[in-house]
Formats: sequence, structure tokens, C-alpha cells
Amino acid sequence: MDWTAVVLSLRLALVVATALLVIALPLAYWITFSRWRGKFLVEAIVALPLVLPPTVLGFYVLVGIGSRSPVGRLWERWTGHGLAFTFEALVLASILYSLPFAVQPIAAAFAQLDASLLEASATLGATRWRTFTRIILPLSLQGVIAGAVLSFAHTIGEFGVVLMVGGNLPGVTRTISISVYDQVQSLQYGAANATALALLAFSFAVLAVVYALMRRPWSVAALP
Amino acid sequence: MSAGLSAAIRARLSDAFTLDVAISVPAGVTILFGASGSGKSTVLRAVAGLLRPDAGSITIGTRVVFDRSARLDVPARQRHIGYVFQHLALFPHLSIEENLAYGLRDEPEEERRRRIREIASSFRIDRLLARRPSAISGGERQRAALARSLVTDPSALLLDEPLSALDHATQLRIIDDLRRWNAAHNIPVLCVTHSHREVFALGDRVIVLDNGRVVAAGTPHDVLEMPEQASLAQLAGFENVIQATVVARKADAGTMVCRLMDTTVELEVPLARGATGSLIRIAIRAGDILLATEPPRGLSARNILRGRLVSLTRDGAAMVAAVEAGARFVVHLTPSAADSLGLALGQDVWLVIKTYSCRIAA
Repeated sequence: MDWTAVVLSLRLALVVATALLVIALPLAYWITFSRWRGKFLVEAIVALPLVLPPTVLGFYVLVGIGSRSPVGRLWERWTGHGLAFTFEALVLASILYSLPFAVQPIAAAFAQLDASLLEASATLGATRWRTFTRIILPLSLQGVIAGAVLSFAHTIGEFGVVLMVGGNLPGVTRTISISVYDQVQSLQYGAANATALALLAFSFAVLAVVYALMRRPWSVAALP
Repeated sequence: MSAGLSAAIRARLSDAFTLDVAISVPAGVTILFGASGSGKSTVLRAVAGLLRPDAGSITIGTRVVFDRSARLDVPARQRHIGYVFQHLALFPHLSIEENLAYGLRDEPEEERRRRIREIASSFRIDRLLARRPSAISGGERQRAALARSLVTDPSALLLDEPLSALDHATQLRIIDDLRRWNAAHNIPVLCVTHSHREVFALGDRVIVLDNGRVVAAGTPHDVLEMPEQASLAQLAGFENVIQATVVARKADAGTMVCRLMDTTVELEVPLARGATGSLIRIAIRAGDILLATEPPRGLSARNILRGRLVSLTRDGAAMVAAVEAGARFVVHLTPSAADSLGLALGQDVWLVIKTYSCRIAA
């Protein structure tokens, strides 16, 4: 088993899932509650990674962070080295790639809330922030957990984007899915099987925990 | 006496519906009455700041909270108005105590506890404070929602049909507690309902909305006992609203004779507006009509109509008879009366209607 790849994948998924929570919560809030007419455009952009081939997304990320792009040049001036084929590039690409997996469950949970609860909060003098932290977030916890776990699991499992943006550098960009691919290419079926089986067991365990957690008492008793 | 609430607003909600009302609500309980879709809830939402009218102004006490021409629109959270939602909107993940405390975040801990204790005992929910909303009864949830909106000492209270889901006895007990609370605080309470029973149980005053407009205002007795509009008459429990033409006015007798539309059947009704030949509508409660199986004689009632029994159904504790007598009349009678008369469908019956049981709904 390629433990370096396992650790790298876990580290990548953790960073990406955390970053996505920070990005997806306000984005999902805006998508759910904004009354802007052009909102559907933003929704379409967020959903793009669901339908784009990973190679297409990976290609544009690569172009976008390359040493000829403004982002790539800025990064080089800051850090002294290029952004492509680094762990940071993987994080950036993975955030884009997993964005819908974080935003959609959270936005769906927000949209399911009884609007009168939010109005009741307002008539009781609460600011939007207080309504968000005291009412919206606790009552949408299932969706938020689902969003975080799905983006974590989806990042663990991604392949095409990683290959395009990160390449195959051991300890830097060779994630667990690339490692399985490598092992199969070099005819090490035993090792590939061990890694693949571990990934399968891990994914199942995570999803099982999430579904178990989602049985909250007040989701069953519902509202009066 | 604390100041009241007034609103003169217009809000276009769809191509077919525009709310255009001017209401004034003094301290005490005022009922906002009307059929569903008449705009009652829209008025409440506008006053609370949950819906922005297209024009007009809203004043609570001496404070203007909305004035379109001055571009003033105080957000809901700063209006300080208690609002009880139709489905109560208690926060399901918080205990009753946390629900009550929700609107009190600025008060010191000590003061907050004192106010929660006080309001909980006023509304008899002291023993439920640790429970979740899902673990208490409908009536208790109702009390909790009222307490939550009043614990902040709001300058007005808005109730959106909160009692409609409860049985009558529970309603009356909660109304008593609300009245007792308001005797001490004396704020304007605006309560939406479509049940005329609640109007008499609750209201000192009633404002009637129909299709987005105020059609009547006054004491429940004045407004609902003497309806001037057909829609209002039906709302107020006048099961029979019948079209007729005025054929003669007897000013000295204080009555007029009307002929039911497309018939020769005549009814004598109290003298009201309406020249000879004009079209009016007559409202009669189903419980105010007597039913006889033989031609009655020697009665003071002026109107005895011959008709045919076309249906007889049971509705709760009452029997509902439909009689074709020029127009279709609905008559309520007790099951034992229906039994002893031995009513059979299709048989001839006579309707006895006192002149003063007929209201004129122009």
C-alpha cells in the first residue's frame, strides 16, 4: 500500500473540505435567499463541474495558473516557484471541482427551512447574522454535514483533474487514486487491489457515519 | 391609554389582486375579518415589515415605521412588533425557555430570567420551559408562541389566525389569558380570522376586508348583525343571500315588499335604501327560518312561503334542509324536530320568516 499517497489524499481532502465550507456557506445562503433575477447564472456556474469532463476543467485550471497567466506570474513572484504541479494547485483545482458537492446540499437544506421561522426571528429583533447562526445553521446541520462529507469524499476520489493539474509526483501530487492507476499500469494487481479495497472501505465507513448522524430527533418530530 | 396603530397602504400582489386599505387600530383587540384571499395576512405582514407596500405609510404609536414618500422603511427586526404566525413558528431545536429568551438578548441575565418567569406564569406554561415545542400540546404551543411574542414588551401584537386549529374551549381560555395580559399592557392587538365565532369571542372592534379593501368597520354587533354587503353577510353566517327586486315601499309600516328574482314570490322586509324597481339582496340566517308541514295560520310573521323539500342532510348536531320556494332556502333545525315532522324529500313545506329576520345587503 502506498501510504504516502494515502496521507496526501487525506490531507488534500481535509484542506479542500474545510475551504469549501467557508466558501459554500455564504454562497449557498446567497443562492437560496437572493432575489436577484440573474441568480440562475451563478447557479449554472456552480453546477458546471458536475457535467464538465475533469480534463476540461483541469485544462483551464492549468492554463489559468500557468506561468503565462497573471495568477501564475503573481504566485511565482510571491513564492519563487510555479503553481502548476504543486499541492496548492491541487487544492485550488479540487475546490473548483467539488464546489457543487458542497453548495448543493447546503443550499437545499437552507431552501427547505420554514420561511416563517426566519420571519419570526426577524420580528423578535434578530439581525441576519443572528438568524443565520441561531436558526438557519442549526436547522440545516444535516445539509452542512452532507456538503462537507461529500466534498471530502469527492476529493479523495478525484482523478482526472489531479492528473491534469498536479501530475504524478510522489508525496506532492500523487494521490491515492493516481497511485491505484500507477499500480495497474505497472501490472501490480495485488497492490492495486489492496489500495482500492482500502479506499472502498473508507468511503463506505464515512457515508455510513454521515447517514447515522443525520437522524436528528427534531427532523422526525417536525413542526407543529 | 397608549397609542394605537394605523396603516394606509397599497400593495399590488398580482395582476388580479391589489391590497388598498386604511385602518386604524386603537389599544385593545381588533379583529381583521374576511374570507381567505381577502388580504388579511398581507396587512399583518406589511405592518410587521415582512412585506413592503408599494405606497402609503404605517405608524405604530407615535413612531412612523414605513413611509413610502419619505423612503422610510424600518426593518422588521427594529419595529418591535409581536407577531404570532399561523403555524406559530416556534423554533423546533430550542426549548420553550430558549424560545422565550430569543427576543431578549440585550437584557442582563437577571432581567431576562425575571421576564421569562413572569410571562410563563401569565400564560400558564411555567412547567413546560425545559421542553421542546414538539413535546407539548397544540394549545400549549399556542400559549408559548403568544408568550414569546409578548415577553419583549412589543408596542403592538399581530395574530395571524393562531387559534383556528384549536377546539373552542381551549381558544376561549387562551383568549381570556390574552385579555388579562392586555388589560395591564394595553397595546393594540390586531387579530386575523375568517371565523365569525372568533369575531364575537375576541374582538372589541372588527374590520372587514373583502378583495383587498376595507368594506366595514365597527363593533362586531354592528358590522356582522347588520351587514350591508352580500359577501359580508355570507361571511357572517347568513346562509341565505337572495336576490330580489323592490316592488313597494311602505314607509308608514317601516317595511318594503320585494319580489324574488324571476318569480312571483314576495317577501316583506325592513325598510331600507333602494327605490321601487331596484335590485337588492336579502340575507337570512338559516336558523331564523321556521319550517312547517302544513299551511300555518294565526302567526305574526309576515312571510309564509310555500315550497318543496329538496334535500335533508345532517351537519354535526343540526339538520340542514334545502327548500325550493322561488329561491333555494337553507333552513337549520334540530334532528328531533326533523324526526317529529316526519319530513320526506319532495314533500310540500311552508317557510315562516319574520320581517326582522331579513337583513338588506345592498
